[in-house]
Amino acid sequence: METHAAYKSRWLPWVLLAPTFAILLAFLYYPTLETFRLSLYRVAFLGLRKKFTGLANYKELFTNPDYLHIFGNTVVFAFFVVMLSMAVGLALSILANQKVSGWRVYRILLIWPYALSPAVAGVIFLFMFNPQSGIVNYILGATLGVTPDWLTNPTLAMMLIIFAAVWKNVGYNVVFYIAGLQNLPGSVLEAALIDGATPWQRFWKITFPLLSPMTFFLLIINTIYAFFEAFPFVDLLTKGGPNNATNILIFNIYRDGFEYYKTGMAAAESVILFIAVVFLTIMQFRVGEGRVHYGS
Amino acid sequence: MSKKRNTLLVHAMLIFAVAVVAAPIILAFIFSTQTPAQIFSYPPKFTIGSAFLDNYRTAWNQYHLGIYMRNSLYIAVAVTVGKTIISFMAALALVYFRFPLKGAVFTFILLTLMMPTEIMIVALFELVTKIGWSNSYAALIVPFLASATGTFLFRQQFLQIPTSLVDAAKIDGAGPLRFAWSILLPMSLNVVAAMAVIQFVYMWNQYLWPLIVIRENTRQVVQVGLKGLTSGQDATNWGIVMAGAIIALLPALVVFLLLQEQFSRGFALSQEK
Repeated sequence: METHAAYKSRWLPWVLLAPTFAILLAFLYYPTLETFRLSLYRVAFLGLRKKFTGLANYKELFTNPDYLHIFGNTVVFAFFVVMLSMAVGLALSILANQKVSGWRVYRILLIWPYALSPAVAGVIFLFMFNPQSGIVNYILGATLGVTPDWLTNPTLAMMLIIFAAVWKNVGYNVVFYIAGLQNLPGSVLEAALIDGATPWQRFWKITFPLLSPMTFFLLIINTIYAFFEAFPFVDLLTKGGPNNATNILIFNIYRDGFEYYKTGMAAAESVILFIAVVFLTIMQFRVGEGRVHYGS
Repeated sequence: MSKKRNTLLVHAMLIFAVAVVAAPIILAFIFSTQTPAQIFSYPPKFTIGSAFLDNYRTAWNQYHLGIYMRNSLYIAVAVTVGKTIISFMAALALVYFRFPLKGAVFTFILLTLMMPTEIMIVALFELVTKIGWSNSYAALIVPFLASATGTFLFRQQFLQIPTSLVDAAKIDGAGPLRFAWSILLPMSLNVVAAMAVIQFVYMWNQYLWPLIVIRENTRQVVQVGLKGLTSGQDATNWGIVMAGAIIALLPALVVFLLLQEQFSRGFALSQEK
């Protein structure tokens, strides 16, 4: 990096960095710290009065069975969204990486969902899984003779938001896994082919370990997606219902902060979510360090 | 023989995968052309219905999707352009200048990767309210004008460019800004395209923050606007909702498809060491 640094100026680099500094300080660092501070207060309607209450908000949250339930929901939701969207993404990428005629077209037809938004995915799933006019229940009814009520059964409602979140996110994983597959050293795969390894062995013994840096990167990105960007699915599909069964942390923060105006409480919930994600990221780095194969 | 059969099998699996991935959008499009009676018919019709233009027109005019689209476009373009310029400048300073505390500056920028906006919505909302930005586009644009991702992508690209170029530019008497404009920028167009795709799609798809900040319906963005289609007073007309979903999807999809080749290349570069 230093060999590139050909220029020297006392002020120009700081001028170039000034907009980045100003925005990151004002709109990321300051609000993050302010969230920590607010979490120690009880805030009256519209922030007109603030009263310092120490860790009372946290204590209240951790003794509230509803909150613990929401915490559990978030773990279940994140686990399935991350696992399914990565597994499906990897499977599709391996398919898209086969050298058959028309592979360019296939590839585009598999990565386009990158552009999908949670809200678009949300309303489309809302319609497809509509108990009366939805196509899913029509197919289930015609083939299996069941027409489940997706929005009133807690397990089914959770499955519904997981499906929608996975569908929206698969494209992202396919984009990155294809890039990873293309950077694999062809010589190793050829050698394995000559040694008579079956496709199954080639995948688990060679391709998968060589992809591990990408898997590791995607694991972190998908976790963040499941925790933060899943809000529209809940807001559009289930509103957290039935009976809090699909309420997840980010939805509850919104609700407490902007529907019930419990600012301090919402801030405390944000801090807990923040710590949970930082903790998970560090854990993944720890585990990753020992297992990830970075090549030479 | 078995090779040919294998190729056929791969084609079959690919076609199946493509169909499964696209099925919700294809269905959404088909139903977006149908009248309520056609949608509720049993068994469902999988053909283009008779309300194609009506549904799109109603979504666009009566449900204000046209206005929402304009708002979203304005915000997404502003952030995409602004963030690309600001990230380019920051990376220029980080790679091509010698200055004290450079490592600390880089860490300061990278640490923000751990601070997604969603984590601070309560405090950020108080902040934008305090400075008089509630219900304004400024609140949807300014906080997103700088990012670690953008700076990092440009930095990785600059590090790939041989140092001989900057040395030659210096010998020719080109200052840093001249060098950036006439050599760095043309050599970084793949990263500019990758940035354009990532930022445009990201901003276009935002939902939670506009939902909180924007109180006035005519200023709302299209993703939140979609919500208005499903919760009307009358029974939901799903044909119009699906028309809205297709409309809301198109701009991000078009940007992605137009730039996807450069996008992949921009990433391939940034991943090499």
